[in-house]
Amino acid sequence: MIAEPFNYDAPSTLDEAFAMLEAHGDEAKILAGGHSLIPMMKLRFSSPTHLIDINRIPGLAYIKEEDGYLKIGAMTREVDLEDSDLIARKYHIFKDATHLIADPQVRNFGTIGGNLAHGDAANDHPAVMLALGAEVEISSKEGKRTVPIDEFFFGFYTTAVQPGEILTEIRIPAASGKYGSAYYKVERKAGDYAAAGVAAMVQLDGNGNCVKAGIGLTNVNPLPMRASRSEEALVGNQPTDDLIELAARYASEDCNPSEDLRGDEEYKRHLVKVITKRMLKLAIERAQNA
Amino acid sequence: MIECKTSKEIGGMGHSKKRKEDARFIQGKGHYVDDVKLPGMVYMDIVRSPYAYAKIKKIDASKALAIPGVLAVVTGKDLEQYNLHWMPTLMSDTQMVLSTDTVMYQAQEVAAVIATDKYIARDGRDAVIVEYEPMPPVMDPFKSLDPNAPVLRTDKEGKTNNHIWHWEVGDKEKTEDVFSQADVVVKQQMHIPRIHVASIETCGCVAAYNKVENHLTMYMTTQAPHAIRTVIALVAGHVGLTEEKVRVISPDIGGGFGGKVPVYPGYVIAIAVSFLTGLPVKWIEDRSENLQADSFARDYHITAEMAGTKDGQILATRFKVLADHGYTDASANPSKFPTGLFSIGTGSYNYHNAYMEADAVYTNKPPGGVAYRCSFRVTEAVHAIERITDIYAREIGRDPADLRMQNFIKKDEFPWASPTGWSYDSGDYHAGLQKAMDAIGYHELRKEQTELRKQGKLMGIGISTFTEVVGAGPSKDFDILGIKMFDSAEIRVHPTGKAIARFGTKSQGQGHETTYAQIVAEELGIPMEHIQVEEGDTDTAPYGLGTYASRSTPTAGAAAVMAARKLRDKAKKIAAYLLEVSEEDLEWEPGKFFVKGAPEKAKSIQEIVFASYTNHPPGMEAGFEATHYYDPPNLTFPSGAYICVVDVDPETCHIKIRRFVAIDDCGNIINPMIVQGQVHGGLTQGLAPAMYEELIYDEAGNILNGTFMDYLVPTAVESPSWETGHTVTPSPHHPIGAKGVGESPTVGAPPAIVNAIVDAVSHLGIKHLEIPVTPYKLFKELKAVGYFK
Repeated sequence: MIAEPFNYDAPSTLDEAFAMLEAHGDEAKILAGGHSLIPMMKLRFSSPTHLIDINRIPGLAYIKEEDGYLKIGAMTREVDLEDSDLIARKYHIFKDATHLIADPQVRNFGTIGGNLAHGDAANDHPAVMLALGAEVEISSKEGKRTVPIDEFFFGFYTTAVQPGEILTEIRIPAASGKYGSAYYKVERKAGDYAAAGVAAMVQLDGNGNCVKAGIGLTNVNPLPMRASRSEEALVGNQPTDDLIELAARYASEDCNPSEDLRGDEEYKRHLVKVITKRMLKLAIERAQNA
Repeated sequence: MIECKTSKEIGGMGHSKKRKEDARFIQGKGHYVDDVKLPGMVYMDIVRSPYAYAKIKKIDASKALAIPGVLAVVTGKDLEQYNLHWMPTLMSDTQMVLSTDTVMYQAQEVAAVIATDKYIARDGRDAVIVEYEPMPPVMDPFKSLDPNAPVLRTDKEGKTNNHIWHWEVGDKEKTEDVFSQADVVVKQQMHIPRIHVASIETCGCVAAYNKVENHLTMYMTTQAPHAIRTVIALVAGHVGLTEEKVRVISPDIGGGFGGKVPVYPGYVIAIAVSFLTGLPVKWIEDRSENLQADSFARDYHITAEMAGTKDGQILATRFKVLADHGYTDASANPSKFPTGLFSIGTGSYNYHNAYMEADAVYTNKPPGGVAYRCSFRVTEAVHAIERITDIYAREIGRDPADLRMQNFIKKDEFPWASPTGWSYDSGDYHAGLQKAMDAIGYHELRKEQTELRKQGKLMGIGISTFTEVVGAGPSKDFDILGIKMFDSAEIRVHPTGKAIARFGTKSQGQGHETTYAQIVAEELGIPMEHIQVEEGDTDTAPYGLGTYASRSTPTAGAAAVMAARKLRDKAKKIAAYLLEVSEEDLEWEPGKFFVKGAPEKAKSIQEIVFASYTNHPPGMEAGFEATHYYDPPNLTFPSGAYICVVDVDPETCHIKIRRFVAIDDCGNIINPMIVQGQVHGGLTQGLAPAMYEELIYDEAGNILNGTFMDYLVPTAVESPSWETGHTVTPSPHHPIGAKGVGESPTVGAPPAIVNAIVDAVSHLGIKHLEIPVTPYKLFKELKAVGYFK
């Protein structure tokens, strides 16, 4: 478990980092928390010749509400999401999700930006971001651009982040009113990737009707997947048990899981259905109590 | 509460003393093989086969040798010049060290790269280009016996099939008679899958050959340093490494569990390279190599049958085993026991007819199998008997606890002659199960289960009441490569009354430095804090066969008692001399001899020891030392009664262990806290194969879960809060009545868990579940019986 030889740089500003990215092109990889990249390098699945460690660049880790958004700096550690009062009060889904990400050692290092930029449908944050309708800020020496989460994931390990760019911020429409969210995944043991995972967000009006719904699925599709048909079924309606059942069934029908050691297609579709139902119920309950 | 004969200061048997070794472990000051650094040391990495079965066409090392720092690439052809390309296994089979022409399993050793540091060695490894001609492998042990299957061991002259050996025990005809006349016969096919010990420290060594002295020091992750030294001398004696020129040092070991008993090719290559170069050679496996290439455990396909009456009397059992040994039989069993002690599988029940047979086969999988925290195949045997007993109980509609109570061997029936030839030393099975049932509230749980089922909830209760067989073993039956399985202790007490005690065993986390000190303290009355325990250096420790199979307390622990008693006899003579009385007038209490009726006239053990150096009686040998080699008269037979309660999520099939009560009987207890720790660890390692662990191969021979990402070792998160307790039935033949405990929980836990899960879903039409019982597997089974639409 020893990586191939590589060079290591630790810039102290984003501008320095952009210059290094430019110098090394696609031979370079950004090192954030390192808990996906380093194991891949140690197994020699990935062999970048340059690592650009952005851990020493100040100002990239924060959790705040501002301008109608929840803004999370890309270098925010999972453990900080776990410990944040703001998150605990209004965005339960992060508590749910971070608690299920790997183990405390990993969460002490792993970052939310890295989790997204790794571009792996097995990671947990992509589904959470889909459910919450996030957008992602990507920076380069040319400036900043914003990409909606639905346009962020391109393929296996590839995202909208281009050579020369760094993911710097995640923006989520701020929670208000009767807003609730929840996440759960079935895993074989603590620290495993999901056999299937479901992120759910709902916004209810005064009558208890669903005015907004977001459902993201983990590891049951080549790309992180939005369960659009389920969302559409919910919006504008009372989320009755029957409707939740229907939304859950749509999600299980629309996903595209593949067989691996965690289970076959049938089992994973079954899990998507059960978890979607449970997470919608939990999100609704939280919205009602918000 | 356990009664203690010694004061807390002396700290003999029964005291929950904190472990002496933990100070260094907790502070990160342990000294493991990878901590050994010697001047001029070079590093070795191993090129491994990506194929399960292939011819080697060509090995091109030129690119590797061009890397600065790569010193050499060693192949099988190189070793062949010294006749070191093959080695014997502990079961007298043979194994390639480095292949000269054919690879027989994925991750097999093909070449070794020697470099100035481990990073360069790894780069060199990846730069060696090997051309293979892959062949279709034999992965299925059943197909391995097919007449059309390719013969794998073409290296063995005259070999015409893949059969290794046949073994049987018991009275076949009488058993068949009982079966043919029995009212009830149940039968179940079960697989005890291939698993791995997955100790946190992987295997490795530093081989340091001194050309000037013609002397090899081998620092090595081994559970049996003395046996290894003898094996090295037997294998390499022809090149001058005779036994007195070899020193094996087993420093701190980070978990062994049987996986550090075998000799792996890496050790031999490192020795060969050091011998040829005169340089110290370090080889440390990485995690994947450890999981993929080192000896597996288990892998028994068992057909278990039980015959009984309609009212629940067990009459006979019949087990038929197909054992998948992979490429070579590299088990670590005693020579006469190719299936280990599998014949303990008649269990805790008083019936008189049993027949067991086993056939072993070669396949294109890594070799093994080791006794993973299990006294030689006892886990497999216990799983078979405890599962088939439950299946029988269900067949006749009996409560499984009730049925067990009806069939237990009674307390006064010991020694019990089992139908497969064992003489169980002692036990009180009824008391154990009753205690476990009381602790968990068995009858209330059954009522609750009835209620929950009405609500569509799935809850199950599982029982395992097992008999273990440990402490190998009596020399008449037990040897490894001809060396009898006694073990040894040497006690030296210094003039000031402090002692060093050395043993032929080797702790890998069991806490020997504490346990042995307490045994000596019990016998001599010297405070355990002042008894230094040493193991693992063949130059200083007395000869012994090492630590595995829960044998250390039954053998070396007994040797410590006997050596200490020799010293106590000497102490009595010295005390009589000092007090000017006859020996018959003296009485012992821990720490001193005193004159009967005049307790103020006494000599402490410290005074006596000092006198042995300063004022010993005329005619007596000076000093205070003794050695004993203990040859046990019988094995010991610990037992346990485990009850597990599970709740199964009726939608996700997630299995939660609600409670697990483990009542163990390991005879007299030396350190209750260490025993409890052993039981906790053992139960978790029993949970592992029951619900998580299995080495999985595809048809092409690729391992599908060769990292900890997919080889699922349960952690604290998955483990329930274990509830432990004891009954105490001393071994009548062991000098302190101890039996050994390290393996009981690993052996006893899996069937308790599986019986509980099956119990939770039996009303839905499920009769049996193969381990590991995962939620996924349970879903598929429930789907098959129509529970899920």
